[in-house]
Amino acid sequence: MWISVASGKGGTGKTTVAVSLALSNKNTIYVDADVEEPNGFLFIKPVIKEEFSYTELIPLIHQNKCTFCGKCADACVYKAIAILKPVKKAIFFPELCHSCGLCSFVCPVEDAIEEVPKEKGRIRKGEKNGQLFIEGILNVGEASGTPLIRGMKKYIPHDKDVIIDSSPGTSCPVVESVGDTDFVLLVTEPTPFGLNDLKLAIEMVREMKLSFGIIVNKHEEGNNLIRDYAREEKITVLGEIPFSREIAEAYSKGIPVVDVLPDGKKFFVNIMEKIRKGVNASG
Amino acid sequence: MQVDRAKEIVILSGKGGTGKTTLAASLSKLIPYKVIVDADVDASDLFILLKPDPLRQNKFKGGSIASIDTKKCIQCGECEKKCRFNAISKNTEGNFIVDPYKCEGCEFCTYVCPVNAIKMNPQIVGNWYVSETSFGTMVHARLIPGAENSGNLVALVKREAQLIANKKGLKSIIVDGPPGIGCPVISSLSGAALALIVTEPTLSGIHDLDRILSTCKQFNVNAKIIINKADINQSNTEKIQQFANKNGLEIMGKIPFDRCVVKNLSKNLTPIDSDNCGDVKEEIKKISNDILRYLSE
Repeated sequence: MWISVASGKGGTGKTTVAVSLALSNKNTIYVDADVEEPNGFLFIKPVIKEEFSYTELIPLIHQNKCTFCGKCADACVYKAIAILKPVKKAIFFPELCHSCGLCSFVCPVEDAIEEVPKEKGRIRKGEKNGQLFIEGILNVGEASGTPLIRGMKKYIPHDKDVIIDSSPGTSCPVVESVGDTDFVLLVTEPTPFGLNDLKLAIEMVREMKLSFGIIVNKHEEGNNLIRDYAREEKITVLGEIPFSREIAEAYSKGIPVVDVLPDGKKFFVNIMEKIRKGVNASG
Repeated sequence: MQVDRAKEIVILSGKGGTGKTTLAASLSKLIPYKVIVDADVDASDLFILLKPDPLRQNKFKGGSIASIDTKKCIQCGECEKKCRFNAISKNTEGNFIVDPYKCEGCEFCTYVCPVNAIKMNPQIVGNWYVSETSFGTMVHARLIPGAENSGNLVALVKREAQLIANKKGLKSIIVDGPPGIGCPVISSLSGAALALIVTEPTLSGIHDLDRILSTCKQFNVNAKIIINKADINQSNTEKIQQFANKNGLEIMGKIPFDRCVVKNLSKNLTPIDSDNCGDVKEEIKKISNDILRYLSE
């Protein structure tokens, strides 16, 4: 079973929840797919066993072979290539390239466009006391983490319980992180920001036809903003984590919420069981 | 003729949830003569605090997505082979179909289809708005959840804000930015005069601060740091201070942790809207005065 942890709004506690869920349940793999800002390693503190580079093919235009016909530039929908015919120059903008390979396909001259690998980020695998760990780290300056997340997913076994920690928001990298997962755990907080962004995240997972449930973080007695919304929308609230300075201070030192909550482990085992039942019931 | 660009002050953080929007709203209320931009287009919240009244709504066209006409398709599988995004596969009925979430609109499949069975369909992936608030004109947007092209949408709202600033003779633009370091962040940084990085003294905050500062450096934008919830871990705050000193970066302010901030947010108010947030309010005012001084230079 693959579970993704997402949120819409940033800073609601995705990572501390994802790490806690992994640590409380045996034989899980924690996967950090927040490749722009991966933080899971700060909480799991894994020993890195393997590290490799993730590359995508980008075009290398050989100016000595190029006839500057402009076919590649016309074909590229991302406008990643410009051909300056009068001065006979081809310019490539790597940050706009999606590595689709169309330019080299349409190029009429043999070997004028060579596809060469470019490192987009790194993938690291590690372990701590039996807890398996995989993370993707996007290189600074790279525009899109989506290919790296897609590449990383190839290293995740399908027959294991996997917790995928997503980035905030609702755009392409999040879609890639939650796609193909059996359940999306949405971590929110009972503030107007939390609710607004939760609604956006729910719109996304519903559109993608994924099963999902909510964890309310920073819950305060008497504040029923999320509970009321969930009841109206008939969405399961799988658990509530109280607002506390103690949890926030522990978090600041890299201690996940499971180690601070009284009966923390039981809380997250219970959430895992609820998710498993839900996933099995929906087949 | 060279047209003066309004100075864009972009609020970023790397890590999400450090307080970008709360600070952006507070500064929008304190700094006069500016245009306000919400560049966090896939989880925009600034409208909650500034209550804009939309004047104009516009559609945002993203890229196109392929679709396969199963009646014309001869099942040769060329499209599936060429698609590098694994967006084309056979469904249970044995027909080739496109996964709209995986398709990146490159059109490669249309080039290799021998029977012209593949069509590209332009997508409307969001809306953008020009609105009035009590604190100035605001340009904001909403990307349809799950959509692509957030970087282009950010560029578009910023361009519109420059046009408005130019027309009204306003000298600055306050941009509430997105989290992370990817395309919408790079787009937010493009052409910016100053990046205000809101961090928090947590290990995650520090790690992400380092990455967003490297991003700013790579795109040649000056950055200044604001530590939010500074007293939640004094030793981490100290580490950020030392890091800043070592790298010649200015810490513009240290905002204390106070539950009043969340209480006010629950009522759609910023910390500067009431008197229960004394220390937080004072620190934000100090930051705002520093920015005003910077803008008048």
